[in-house]
Amino acid sequence: MLAANYYTFKILRYDTLEPAKEPYLASYRIRVIPGLTVLAVLIRIRDEIDGTLAFRSSCRAAVCGSCAMVINGKIDLACRTQVAPFNTDTVILEPLPNLEIIKDLVVDLAPFWASYEQIKPWLTRKSPAPEKELPQSAEDRKRIDQYVNCILCASCYGACPVPARDPSYLGPHAFAKLERFMADSRDERPASVLETVNNERGVWGCDTVLRCIDACPKEVRPTDAIVALRKRLIKYKTKKILGQD
Amino acid sequence: MLAHDVLIVGGGLSGLRAAVGLCDKFNVGVVTKVHPLRSHSIAAQGGINAALANHPEGRDDTWEKHAFDTIKGSDYLADQAAVETMCREAIGIVYEMEHWGTPFSRFEDGSIAQRPFGGAGYPRTCYSTDLTGHVLLNTLYERALAKGVTVYPEWHVLDLAVEDGICHGVTVFDLRKGEIIPILARATVFATGGYGRVYLHSTNALINSGSGIGMAYQAGAPLKDMEFVQFHPTSIIGANILMSEACRGEGGYLVNNRGERFMERYAPKAMELAPRDIVARSITTEIEEGRGFAHPLGTYIKLDLRHLGEKRILERLPGIRNISMDFVGVDPVRDPIPIMPCQHYSMGGIDVNERCESTVKGFYALGECACVSVHGGNRLGGNSLLDTIVFGKLATLSIPEYLESQTLPPCPKLLQEKEARAAARLRKLAEGGREKYYQLFAELAKVMSDNVGIFRERAELEEALRVIAGIKERYPQICVSSARHSMNYELMSALELGAMLDVAHTITLGALLREESRGAHFRRDFKERDDANWLKHTIAQAGESNEPVISFKDVSFTKYKPLPRIY
Repeated sequence: MLAANYYTFKILRYDTLEPAKEPYLASYRIRVIPGLTVLAVLIRIRDEIDGTLAFRSSCRAAVCGSCAMVINGKIDLACRTQVAPFNTDTVILEPLPNLEIIKDLVVDLAPFWASYEQIKPWLTRKSPAPEKELPQSAEDRKRIDQYVNCILCASCYGACPVPARDPSYLGPHAFAKLERFMADSRDERPASVLETVNNERGVWGCDTVLRCIDACPKEVRPTDAIVALRKRLIKYKTKKILGQD
Repeated sequence: MLAHDVLIVGGGLSGLRAAVGLCDKFNVGVVTKVHPLRSHSIAAQGGINAALANHPEGRDDTWEKHAFDTIKGSDYLADQAAVETMCREAIGIVYEMEHWGTPFSRFEDGSIAQRPFGGAGYPRTCYSTDLTGHVLLNTLYERALAKGVTVYPEWHVLDLAVEDGICHGVTVFDLRKGEIIPILARATVFATGGYGRVYLHSTNALINSGSGIGMAYQAGAPLKDMEFVQFHPTSIIGANILMSEACRGEGGYLVNNRGERFMERYAPKAMELAPRDIVARSITTEIEEGRGFAHPLGTYIKLDLRHLGEKRILERLPGIRNISMDFVGVDPVRDPIPIMPCQHYSMGGIDVNERCESTVKGFYALGECACVSVHGGNRLGGNSLLDTIVFGKLATLSIPEYLESQTLPPCPKLLQEKEARAAARLRKLAEGGREKYYQLFAELAKVMSDNVGIFRERAELEEALRVIAGIKERYPQICVSSARHSMNYELMSALELGAMLDVAHTITLGALLREESRGAHFRRDFKERDDANWLKHTIAQAGESNEPVISFKDVSFTKYKPLPRIY
């Protein structure tokens, strides 16, 4: 490990209100002690060097999903990424790909949220609610565990190669969320809702290059959801052809 | 002018619960300075208390026992009728959240799993691994989406519009556009969260400035019991990220440098599951008396989970394990976690009753920014998530009554005045004094952590008041780097600091005046609880020059007589 005290942070700067000014990398030299995170460095830069720097942050504990960005070429949460272990004294910070920049490291997540909303991310019930809880076995609960853990930080969306060529592609997060409900033993949405993802902007658009899995800071595997949804679709279609649905 | 029947500020649990309960009948808007899912509710770990009696060792649990534990835990400062309401509502609230989709962890019989928590006589904390806040907030946000609630993300509230004791709405700042927006509202609800960031060492999110509490104070709403600040026993060293009480609920040990489970000396029966105020003081005493472990980032105590085994840690505490590995490189399966106590929760806040009403008509407060009081001098673990959702729901019962009885015409002129005043404030912050916001902020946070912490005494509190007064004097000299308003985070922080100064001031003054030790408020110079003189709430109201004027209000009792707090 390189025991450098001083690090150079190169941060992509851009302001959508000044479109004539091309994006550029601004350099800041910061002394780093072991344990210091990229988010802590960003806060120091904004406080002590350049008050105009824009980035999002909230929990600083890797649970709220505000601060996903590209750190030395790899997507991660700034708050959980420590600076010292980088085997270099230069750290490059860029905003998440596949989304419009609003300012510096802040991107417009509107398309990300829009596709999340399209899959109707809420528990759908037809039966009346019982007096107490709806029973669910510990095993059934475990089945949705990885999808429940998703913090909607958009790391997977930024890492996915598909939105770049097809902005209408729903994105890995939307499929992980849909599977979170489809696999929930309590959810009663009809299998016909799968029609909405039975196309190229849906589950058939996935390249299966697994970059979403690699980018997820919470060990969610969106590709598992996509594969599961494809299986559900095939089952649903087969049933439909056989007239069982 | 933008107008809503009900304008809710804050997109965390209490704000969203109120929104989903009101949006069918009323035109509701939710203003939130971050996307709702980035609210601090997301970070709650351990669970939500309700006497479901699902646990094999808790079959005879009742809401009355929950109320008793809560009142004893509060060191008898909580208002007992309000506690009874909360604990009675708890059961229905948990079932309702489950019906709406919350993926609680389950027992083998398919019922909602429960675990033991500090200060509780029964295992009644319902949970979803150690991500309970995350699943509850997601569920309520999902519910809000399903119902089409209007949300204004990344809008910061600036000011309340109050005239003749009636609230007519708020002015807000749209961060992206850089514009000030007046919003007329017949009822305004603050669900703005706690004030953890007034302290240097806090488990809270960076957004938890407490500025909503400061704004309410500046608008004439009294604050209650501000000196009662919860310090959580176990935050990870350095980053001060919360290590859930569930670690101890699942059986974790606290160990000093002699290898002793030292809680034996302080709470021989409850041990590590004594209430938080007691455990935090015990850890601090161990550290002060030289039985901690040295570390470049401070002295720590060990939280040892190893005996729980890998399977149980992965099943019940996966988030804790991730945080520990991410932030200090310690895998709790193999090594103890280095922890220290730090600020965690705001028991005090905007003075409201159990209908969430403040003394300003049409102005309501919910969740951590409010003080009902159901937590009194010390909140029990698992009761904060409960507080947010219960009072979010109760507000949906009291607000319609107000809206139906209130016939006043809207008051756009007042909002226009407020808008002009806000614009002047923003302009002034860019006009070039000598002070930098972050320096004043750092000085404030340091003096609060150093002088208004777990152990307090007169001289230190007086010194803190002097420092706060000095910062208040320098505050008008703050200058931000850019006069541009759009996406100007520095400007937002500078604005919030003004409100934080009032929050810090009222905490410190309350701590100085309260010459006793109760719950989380411990005075080295007044070590005993003094029921004869201090069984009362501290009320802080802005005086003529905005300086706090303190008065007192009696605690309300039902049937629980103050007992010594032995655990």
